[in-house]
Amino acid sequence: MTTTAVNRPETAVLFDVPGPRARRRNRIIGVIGSLALAALLAYVISRFATTGQFSSTKWSIFEYANVQRTILDGYLHTLYAAAVAAVLALLLGAVMAAGRLSDHLPLRGSSFAFVEVFRAIPLLLLMFLFYYGAPSVGLRFAPFWAVVLGLTLYNGAVFAELFRAGVEAVPRGQSEAAYAVGMRKSQVMRSVLLPQAIRSMLPAIISQLVVLLKDTALGFLVTYDELLKQLKQLATAGEFEFPLIPLVLVGGAMYVATCLLLASLARWLERRLNRSARTAAPDAGEGDRDGDRDQSGVTAAAMARTVGS
Amino acid sequence: MSEFVRTFTDNRALFQHAFWNTVQLFVLAGIGSVVFGTVLATFRVSPVPALRAFGTVYVNLLRNTPLTLVFFFVAFGFPYLQINLSFFAFAVIALTAYTSAFICEAIRSGINTVALGQAEAARSLGLTFGQVLRHVVLPQAVRAVVPPLASILNALLKNTTIAAGFSVAEAGSIRANLSELGYPVLDGLLWVVIGFLVLVLPIAALQRRLERRWTIT
Repeated sequence: MTTTAVNRPETAVLFDVPGPRARRRNRIIGVIGSLALAALLAYVISRFATTGQFSSTKWSIFEYANVQRTILDGYLHTLYAAAVAAVLALLLGAVMAAGRLSDHLPLRGSSFAFVEVFRAIPLLLLMFLFYYGAPSVGLRFAPFWAVVLGLTLYNGAVFAELFRAGVEAVPRGQSEAAYAVGMRKSQVMRSVLLPQAIRSMLPAIISQLVVLLKDTALGFLVTYDELLKQLKQLATAGEFEFPLIPLVLVGGAMYVATCLLLASLARWLERRLNRSARTAAPDAGEGDRDGDRDQSGVTAAAMARTVGS
Repeated sequence: MSEFVRTFTDNRALFQHAFWNTVQLFVLAGIGSVVFGTVLATFRVSPVPALRAFGTVYVNLLRNTPLTLVFFFVAFGFPYLQINLSFFAFAVIALTAYTSAFICEAIRSGINTVALGQAEAARSLGLTFGQVLRHVVLPQAVRAVVPPLASILNALLKNTTIAAGFSVAEAGSIRANLSELGYPVLDGLLWVVIGFLVLVLPIAALQRRLERRWTIT
């Protein structure tokens, strides 16, 4: 199977290697498809052109130092909120995961309820609760804290699920062996389960961090001075013919670049960890097969969850 | 407590109207993104380089852009491009454009989980393309696709709240209406949260069941 799979595209599971007729048909579909795409692209560009989105006045706004500073300022606010929320959410997630893995039913039950509830509430509503709701009971949060606390509660719940799944995916023989040599529960967790779990979880953790970074944009709706809000403010500049579209394109590019950077960090880490795994821990026989299966379960579940909002 | 209850009972019409809009947004954008996501997935596995490239670029752009920015572009940007639709239609477009990128990936990776040998064995038995798909590949792919799909749709339902920031009268906008009417904002928000828990938790439970039962190992 491996030898044939190497030379084929990933679509091979659906299609046989094309013969002469199929190749001709594929070429025809290819030409039609490319033409349709070109037409779509041409339409989009003409839309932009006829409404004057490429006018030099609109784009000249980026030449001004204070505009650049405003955009950079918004970007830094975005990163700052994301960084603070990431640290807090990871801490909260670790605590809640410990609760879910606990042997005591009340702890387990309450952290299960916490995780379920905060994963089910839309993140924007959490931010609204802190920003608009809390003042009715005498608590006042700055927009920054509304954003950070909302992000922390939601992502903390997601991380808790992720950590729990990661620890449970470590082959059972590992903890059994650790108990057999006389380790205590905390020792088993600290020196046997966590080091292995963290390795398998890292890619999922980082993709959740990308989601968190993206979600800081919700701060726009609770008046936090992040990138989108600055863009909106700049877009009201009449002397530049209201350059909303150029600003959105630039802002979007900044988000995409940042997220792709984080994602490529995740891929690099994954490769690195896989490499060291092979040299550090030789195959563990039958127990390992078990581990493989569970790990694929973790990644599928994690992938499903990275959708976030 | 009685004030808390009254916030809901006095404004039942408002809640009903808003949540009905939420459900409509969810259903329309859900159908739209499943359809468009499937088309994109077809592009991404097609033998045509141009379509494959389009699918890849689209998915990577949309998945790495905040949904709020997509809303921003559609709701504020489209009028500049002289595309004028209702805010509700803008919201459906933004949600569909964003969600279909995730659905595309779920479908594509679902198809990829089917082992190559399965299709090869089916073909060597003489099954036609349609039979291979119907009896061998799709039944296995569906098991891998449906659990992540449920979770994506769950996220879509929660994401509809963002439309409130862009002039759509759905559940997320109840807060603003209630504070205009002079009702306590926190109570109103808590009712909206309860509404979402009622909508989301059953879907989440179903999704967990599917994940446990259907995840291919």
